[in-house]
Amino acid sequence: MVKFEYLKETPSQTAGPYLHIGCTPNFIGNDGIYARDLGSSMVAEGAKGERIVVSGRIFDGAGATIKDAMVEIWQADADGLYNSPEEPRGDADPRFTGWGRQPVDMETGVFQFETIKPGQVPFPDGRMQAPHISLWIVARGINLGLNTRLYFADEDEANAVDPVLQRIEHKHRIQTLIAGKIDGGYALDIYLQGDNETVFFDI
Amino acid sequence: MTKALGAFYPRDRSWHPKAYTPEYKTSVLRSPQKPLVSLGSTLSETTGPVFGHSALGELDADLILNCARPGESALGERIIVHGRVLAENARPVPNVLIEVWQANAGGRYRHKKDGYLAPLDPNFGGCGRVLTDEEGYYAFRTIKPGPYPWPNGVNDWRPAHIHFSLFGSGFAQRLISQMYFEGDPHIALCPIVNTIGDPDAIDMLTAKLDMNNTIPMNARAYRFDVVLRGRRSTLFENRMEGN
Repeated sequence: MVKFEYLKETPSQTAGPYLHIGCTPNFIGNDGIYARDLGSSMVAEGAKGERIVVSGRIFDGAGATIKDAMVEIWQADADGLYNSPEEPRGDADPRFTGWGRQPVDMETGVFQFETIKPGQVPFPDGRMQAPHISLWIVARGINLGLNTRLYFADEDEANAVDPVLQRIEHKHRIQTLIAGKIDGGYALDIYLQGDNETVFFDI
Repeated sequence: MTKALGAFYPRDRSWHPKAYTPEYKTSVLRSPQKPLVSLGSTLSETTGPVFGHSALGELDADLILNCARPGESALGERIIVHGRVLAENARPVPNVLIEVWQANAGGRYRHKKDGYLAPLDPNFGGCGRVLTDEEGYYAFRTIKPGPYPWPNGVNDWRPAHIHFSLFGSGFAQRLISQMYFEGDPHIALCPIVNTIGDPDAIDMLTAKLDMNNTIPMNARAYRFDVVLRGRRSTLFENRMEGN
């Protein structure tokens, strides 16, 4: 039998409690090594689109907010284009990186991104996905980074026909991905366990 | 416009640690219990941020010097960690941003939440970063971190390790892991290492002493290769021509 020469992916290990040292050193006061924390600023002056703040907290299975997690987000620009060499449809707004990284606040557990509201991106079959932000969550006790998405409460029509949301069998769980509109932006709390456990994806 | 690559191979989640691993106690309340919803790759997963050399500083890949006072250097065993980043299809992955962080030679982290009694080294920050070249190669210089105790079992010690964070070309390739050192007896004892079930997978995280690349009278070398998820060709998917 022919043996395919595929390698195995390097296995994941938890990011641990000290991930700030490597990812956001300035955030914990280890300044002077990197000029700034990567991903701390996503939007440059003159970027197209509606400026929003996306915030939330992450809860463990005992209902406590997690204080040592880090969240990365990845999203399209206002026209639905990704600022990536892998984007085949055209050039995204150069004033918007699309990628953000924020540790949660070590006292309150709140994460917060100053970003813009993304445009729509097609699904592989051509249908449009509702505006969304991809999230990747790592922390002590999380053995493999968790992938989820954030959708917007004021996009009812697009959400109703979103091909990813439609794939969720238990419809009551869709609301775990919908960020509510608050003053200045949107908020979404993430639950790792329990009745309201957030939908996580195998991407 | 560059040629877009295809969808990612499905992730082999039996190879990675499970979310719920009770011997590593913190995972118990931080592990999702419901099944993941299978999504696969859309453009949101196949695209990802890239970082250029302009994002990096001159000493970012030299942890011996990047936090040291002028004329001084970090304490500890001087080592070079180097290797290659490949995809599952064995092709090199260029322009991968690798970020590393670690404890100092005494096993102490420069972090306000680390209260271990071993002292801080005023010349060691414990963070570094580097980009892979066109052939997927990377290298950085540091000191060998010390093992340290941690609150899990009554007497658990972490093996010496360096944390690795890697960005591939797509957001779905994002990976954080840890590199261990060949021959460390703490590897087999560690509840975090043992969240991984397959000994071959643990071996992938174990850097090997590389005497050929060791610099005589200066620094020993350890070799550590990393494999990120592979991608399908776009054949018969999005484009029928120029695949």
